[in-house]
This record gives sequence, structure tokens and C-alpha cells, in this order.
Amino acid sequence: MTLAKATITGVGMSDIGRKTNRPAMLHLAEAAKRALACAGLTKDDIDGISTYPGKADNSPGMSPLGTGEVRNALGLKTRWHSAIPDGPSQMAPLMVAAMAVMTGQARHVLCFRALTESSSQTATQRASIPGSGRARLGGWYSYLVPANAMSASNWAGWMATRYFHEFGMTREHLGIVATGQRAFAQHNPSAVMQSPLTMDDYLGARMISSPLGLFDCDVPIDGACVIIVSAADAAKDCAQAPLTIEAMGAALGSQETWDQRADLTTMGAHDACADLWQRTDLKPADVDVLALYDGFSIFVPYWLEAFGFCGRGEAKDFIAEGNIGPGGRFPVNTGGGQLSGGRLHGFGLLHEACAQLWGQGGGRQVEGAQTAVCGMGGGFIAGSMLIRRG
Amino acid sequence: MRPLPELTPENTAFWTGGAEGKLMIAFCTACTHAIHPPQLICPKCWSEAVDFKAVLGAGTVYTYTVNHQPWGPGMQVPFALAVVDLDEAPGVRITAEVVNTDPELVTIGSRMCATFEQIDDIWLPQWEPAQ
Repeated sequence: MTLAKATITGVGMSDIGRKTNRPAMLHLAEAAKRALACAGLTKDDIDGISTYPGKADNSPGMSPLGTGEVRNALGLKTRWHSAIPDGPSQMAPLMVAAMAVMTGQARHVLCFRALTESSSQTATQRASIPGSGRARLGGWYSYLVPANAMSASNWAGWMATRYFHEFGMTREHLGIVATGQRAFAQHNPSAVMQSPLTMDDYLGARMISSPLGLFDCDVPIDGACVIIVSAADAAKDCAQAPLTIEAMGAALGSQETWDQRADLTTMGAHDACADLWQRTDLKPADVDVLALYDGFSIFVPYWLEAFGFCGRGEAKDFIAEGNIGPGGRFPVNTGGGQLSGGRLHGFGLLHEACAQLWGQGGGRQVEGAQTAVCGMGGGFIAGSMLIRRG
Repeated sequence: MRPLPELTPENTAFWTGGAEGKLMIAFCTACTHAIHPPQLICPKCWSEAVDFKAVLGAGTVYTYTVNHQPWGPGMQVPFALAVVDLDEAPGVRITAEVVNTDPELVTIGSRMCATFEQIDDIWLPQWEPAQ
């Protein structure tokens, strides 16, 4: 069987915000309409649907919609559907969609992520605290949450402590990540945090889980994002130049925990990225735009090293030299990322990378951008993708 | 109230060993591999001869974080969480809250010993600085 190439043909995002009190389905429908308009497709062209993780209540507002609800509400007839809680991070639905169009299971797959973490958060039900409200826990987090290691900020915090210890990184380096992304966000009308953020603001903010402070943590929001993955031959008539998925990586070399990986100055990203570069002739030097998962600022240097934009332990100098912010050679999270744009679980980062490759970046446009990488996930789980125009 | 682990055949010895003051770690008796989190089968050689052994409960801090954010009602902050390499179980780390010390005094390389806090039928390991 000859495999088709997979492409991205359209992206759409709802009007995301904090405490929107708008039902998840309306966010999703808005994102879907925008993605179809972007691609120049109609609802009847959509013949596949894919999401992460599916409808789930493991923490408040984390995933209010599965494929079933969305198929019903949008009246979709599909030839392929799947929801994946245990795949290569939040990127799993995009990877599966790519495989679906490559093998002819579908032509245009609507991939979505919807969250209402902001509206769902209360004093006793915190966003992103796994097992919230349950009496007993199973799985990997049953070894962390009962020990009061409840938040991913704790898990990322101890990774950062070790990384700082081994390589001499300081909070100022992460401050460059946070303030640089905020500077990008000021040119992105849809970012939830657009007020200026100085290094003093960053360093003066309260500590959450050392060495990570308030501005090292991304922002829970309500919103949805849709990305349409299409077979290359079906993409030819779309409104945008199709973006080819050049390579994907999903390797996972250690067990699924946040504390047992032998070297916690690396993470799943390192496995996934090494795998990606084996599937392409392109090199890190060919990349114009970087979309790197920033649930916490510390993941950015991990992803930079994982993708090979700099060597092991070199990210602090790479960041300090101005490579990743506005005007840098390897701009990271040009829409503000999740730190300033809001937590759309990686989909928002890829949305921005696609917009850049289509020249729709407005005041934050990276001139001549042709190629982008996207990395989703933190800790043990990761998915990586390389996309290019043409 | 903080959520507790569900007791299962693979983890009961780990979560209840503290009743006798023992930190119980799973080892493969076929290949000696230390297994954590505990499993019913050895991930290295697939032997089902997995047995729990009491270890001294001494180790060295590999990394840590000090949590300042109260994640639920009644959570007292700040406190330190330490990820500790166990002396007697190569490759195994136990992550637990650090007690009986100023959280700001925990550093990488600190020596720790295990103690336990009982909640219902669970004995949660905790770390305290070695004397």
C-alpha cells in the first residue's frame, strides 16, 4: 500500500478566557467553524474525528467532551473516530489522525481539545489536581498525590531543582522564558494575559513549588481548539497552503512516573524527539518556529535540548543569548504559549505554529517561516512533530 | 482529606509495611531487580517470583521541591517533598513529604530515613533527616 502524506489544512480556536461560564460545546463549535473556514471546508467534508483524552473527569474541567458528544452535537457522519487517553501526550489525536488519513481511513479529520478548567475550579476542586474528590486512587499518581505531591507544579518543581543543580540554571533564565512569551502575547489579541511582565514582576511573584513561581505556571482557561488533519491529495483544494507533517516521534524510554526516570534532567521529550529526527532529512537548523509545551516554564529548556536546538545543559546560555524570544533565531511559543495564552494542552501551541507558517502571525509574525516543530507533553509523556509548508 | 491509594495485590505490602515500621520494596527473586512502583511481574525478566523485602529505609535526596501553594482546604504550607534514592534498592526512588525539619534545609545529597504516617489502612512513607 502506498501511504498518502498527512497535512494540516485548517486551525480554529474559540474565544478563550477565564471564567467564561460558556458551555464547552459552544467553545468547541466556535473553534470548529473557524477551523473549517480556515481550511475552506464544510462540515460534510469532515469524515473523521479524534481527541485527547475523551470525556474524562479525573480533574475538574479537564475534558468535558468526548467524540460521542461532539459527533452528536455537530451532526457528523464519520469513517474514523477515536479518543486517546493513553497515547503520546496531547498530541496523540493528531498523530492518530495523520495515520488515519495516510492509510485512507478518512480524508479530513477534525482533531479537538476542549477545556473548562477555569469555570470548573472551586475552593475544593482545583484544576489539574488528579483524583480530586475521589476517596481512593490507582495508577501512577497514587504514589504521588497521597504523599501531598498533588500538583504537576510539584513534579515539575523537583525536575527543575535537579536541572538547576546540575547545570547552574537560575530563576532568571526561566524569567526570560516567561517575560519573552508575554512580550509575544502582547501581539496576540487572543492571549489571556497581555499586560506587560517585567523580570522584577516575575522574580517578585509568589512561589508555588520551588523553584517555580506563579509566572512559571500556565493559566487554566475555558476554550477549545480544532486542528484539521487531511490527506495530502484531499488538501490540494483547501484555502491554505497545506502544511505537511514531515515527521512525528512518540518514543517512550522510561516507565510512566514523574520520579523514577534515571536522569530527571531529561524527560519523555528526549525519547520522542530522538525518534522524530530519524524520520527526516531536515535538521534543527532548518526550523523557523518552535511550539514547545510550556505547562511550566522549565519544560521549555527541556524541549530545546530534547529537539537538539542546543546541547545537554546548554539551554540556559541558549536562552540568555536571546535565541527564543521576539527577534530570536529560534522563536518559541510566538503566541504567548500557555504561560500567557492559556492552557489549551498543546493544541494552542500548534495552532500558533500553523498560523506562523501561513503568514498570519500579525505583529508577531516570524518573517519567511517555512518549518516548525511542535512538542507536547511534560514529564514522562511526550509527542513531537515537524511540519513544513509544501 | 487527602486521597489515599487503593490497596491492590501488587501494592498492599508497600502501603501497609509501616504498621511494623518497615519500608517494604518489591524485588524479583529470579534476577534481583528492584521494582517500584511494585508490580506482579518483574519488568526486566518477566518472572512472577516477585517478593517484598524490608529495606532499612535510608537514602539520599536526588531532588526536592518546597510546596508553598495550598491545593485544598486545610493543607498546611510550606512543606518539602523529597525524591530519595534508596540505599538498598538500586534505581528505586521514594517520593514523600519531609517531616521534622525546616523545609528550607532540605538539599540535594541530604541523607534521609523513612518514617510513617498512618491514615486509615495506609501507612504513608515520610522522610526525616538522618541523625
